[in-house]
Order: sequence, then C-alpha cells, then structure tokens
Amino acid sequence: MREMVKMVITLTVLAAFSGGLLSAVKGSTSDRIEQAILEYVQGPAILSIMEGVSNDPITDRFTIEINGEDKNFFVGKFDGVPKLVAFEARASGYGGEMGVMVGVNMETGQIHGVGVTTHSETPGVGSRAETDIRFKTSFVGLPVTDEDKVRIQNDGGAIANIGGATITARAVALAVSRAGSLYKEYESQIKTKAETFSG
Amino acid sequence: MAKTIAQEFKKGLWDEIPPFRLVLGLCPVLAVTTTVENGIGMGLATTFVLVCANMLVSLLRNVIPPKIRVPCFIIIIATFVILVELLMQAFAYGLFLNLGIFIPLIVVNCVVLGRAEAFASKNKFLPSLADGLGIGIGFTLSLGVLGAVRESLGNGTLFDYPVFGPNFQPFEFMVQAPGAFVALGLLLCIMNILGKK
Repeated sequence: MREMVKMVITLTVLAAFSGGLLSAVKGSTSDRIEQAILEYVQGPAILSIMEGVSNDPITDRFTIEINGEDKNFFVGKFDGVPKLVAFEARASGYGGEMGVMVGVNMETGQIHGVGVTTHSETPGVGSRAETDIRFKTSFVGLPVTDEDKVRIQNDGGAIANIGGATITARAVALAVSRAGSLYKEYESQIKTKAETFSG
Repeated sequence: MAKTIAQEFKKGLWDEIPPFRLVLGLCPVLAVTTTVENGIGMGLATTFVLVCANMLVSLLRNVIPPKIRVPCFIIIIATFVILVELLMQAFAYGLFLNLGIFIPLIVVNCVVLGRAEAFASKNKFLPSLADGLGIGIGFTLSLGVLGAVRESLGNGTLFDYPVFGPNFQPFEFMVQAPGAFVALGLLLCIMNILGKK
C-alpha cells in the first residue's frame, strides 16, 4: 500500500512539474512562434505580392475580428503612404484546403497580386498554382469585388486556367472572390486601420 | 573499476557511437539526413534532450520507484522534447519545417530512453552528464557525416554551397529513402574496416 502511494505521488509530482514548466515556456515563446510562422508560411507569399514596398509588411500588420476570430491584415507602404493591404482567404482545392494571400490596392480596389500560402495539391500538377506566372498575373488589375471577372475562363471569367488543374485554379479564384466580398464588407475598417501606419 | 568521466565521454564518439556501432535510433538517422544541416540540427536537438534527461534521471534515480521508472523516464524525456520543439519553432522555424514530425519522435528514440535506463538510472550525476554529452555528440557527428555523404552525392552541395562544380550530375538516388540505407550500409562497412586493424 505504501509503495502504491509513493508511486502515485512520484508520478503526479513529476507530471505536474513538467506541465508547469512547459506552459511557462509556451507562454513566453508564443509571440515569437507566431511571428516565425507568419514569416515562413505567409511571408514568402506576402513579400512576392508586395514587391517594392518601403516597409516590412509582416511587422506592419493589424487585426480585425471577423466571426469571432482575429484576422491578420498586412500593410504595404509606398513612400510612407499605406497603399496595399494583403490578407488570406481560403477555399477547398483538389487535395484539401488552400490558403491564398490576396493583395489589394486600397486606392483603386484592384487586385495587386495573389500568392498561394498553404496547399496540399498534387505536386507538379495543382502545385503549379504557386508558380504559374500566366495564371497569377491574370488576377492583377481586376477589381477585387467583381465576382463575374474573378473566375476562371472556363466559368466565364477572366482568370487563365492551369492546364490539367482546373479544380485548383477554380479554388484559387474562389478564394480570391471570397477575399473580395470580405474586403467589400470591411473596407472602411480596413482603410481606417491601415491609415494608422502612415508616416 | 569504474571508468573515468573522460572515458564515459569518449566512448560515445567511437566505441559506442550510436547509429554506427550500436545501430540504434535509425528512424531519424535514415529519414532526416538528406542534408548536412538537417542532420546536424536533428543531432543537436537529440543531444540536448539526451543530456538534460540523463542529468535529471541521474539526480532522481533514488527517488523514482523502480516499478514505474519507465513512465517517469518518458515524462522527463517528453518534457525536454516539447521544450526543444517550442524553442525550435520560436528561433529556427526553417529547420523545424524540415525536421517536422521527427522532433516529437525523439521521445521514442531508443538511444535516449536506452541511455536513461541503462546508464543514468544507475550512475552518479557527472558520469551521466558525460555519457549524455558523448553519446549525443557521437549521434550528431554520425548524422552530420551521413548527411554530408547524401547531400554531396545526391544534390552536389554541402550546406547549400555547390562542391563539385557546375558540370556535376546529382545522383538523386542518394537523397531518396533507399539511398539512406545504402549510404548507411557503406558507412558501417567503412567503420568496420577501420575498426578491425
């Protein structure tokens, strides 16, 4: 009996100590980890969209609460004036959920660029959505809220198809058009918050 | 006659170098050694866990009841593994993306549990520390060497710098899974020839 008690106590104390230590470390590293994930997962897409901006869009970000979740918006400045805003939208592709970063020019409401952040599409087929220049540039300049144009050509829109990966291309277009409706709904909030980064 | 601390440290570097002499802990050895950087990163993460777990197990060896020693060791090891995972996510996220699932899998790396059970639970603090360091550095070296062989032949680079000039045709087989077995087998063979004398 005494041995039993001793075993229970030892394990409990050990587990409690370990839990306490880990939650302390998790608490103190969570900010750093969030920053690292932004840099490595969304960073490449953000930087490719925002080429030539004069600030670091990953540091200059703000959040808006949408459906109970804080959504990140990244601000791109030219000569100190916030001009671009980038945010992520999602849609289901061929192999699962895809994340698409959409950069919008706040003055004109046009798409400045798109970039795939996370996907699980077939390598070499659907994965070309990340790299296919013709596909990516066909988004540029379209009004982000124009749902009829932000569709692939097969569906009567203006977006170039990716040969052999129609489902992926359609998913990216859908994500962008979702980003458009989100932009429409929160446009004034986005603009006010982005203004605070000027100077 | 007990071995000196220096001997405990040295045995991990050659006599008992884990993947080559004991052929233990092969899962990460084969899976992550596609480049030198990944190999050494994985080795250092394992070394950290090994050293910390060895020290703590050795300190607690008279407190832990023998019947539940393995669960206790696992808790200790798992704690340090999660610690490494969090720190790596915070400060070396690129490496974390490359190593992925193999970081949490250090918990079940038999080198780590093996040292806790076979050595640290029976020895004093300093020898256990030396043992952990020695085995850990040996493990890191083996992963680094295997990574170097595979990366240079399979990709033509070392630490991402080209080593064989522009005309080199990469032998891609080496960075794929079967190549890991072949490279490990050849290194074991060389180790045995060198060890024979």
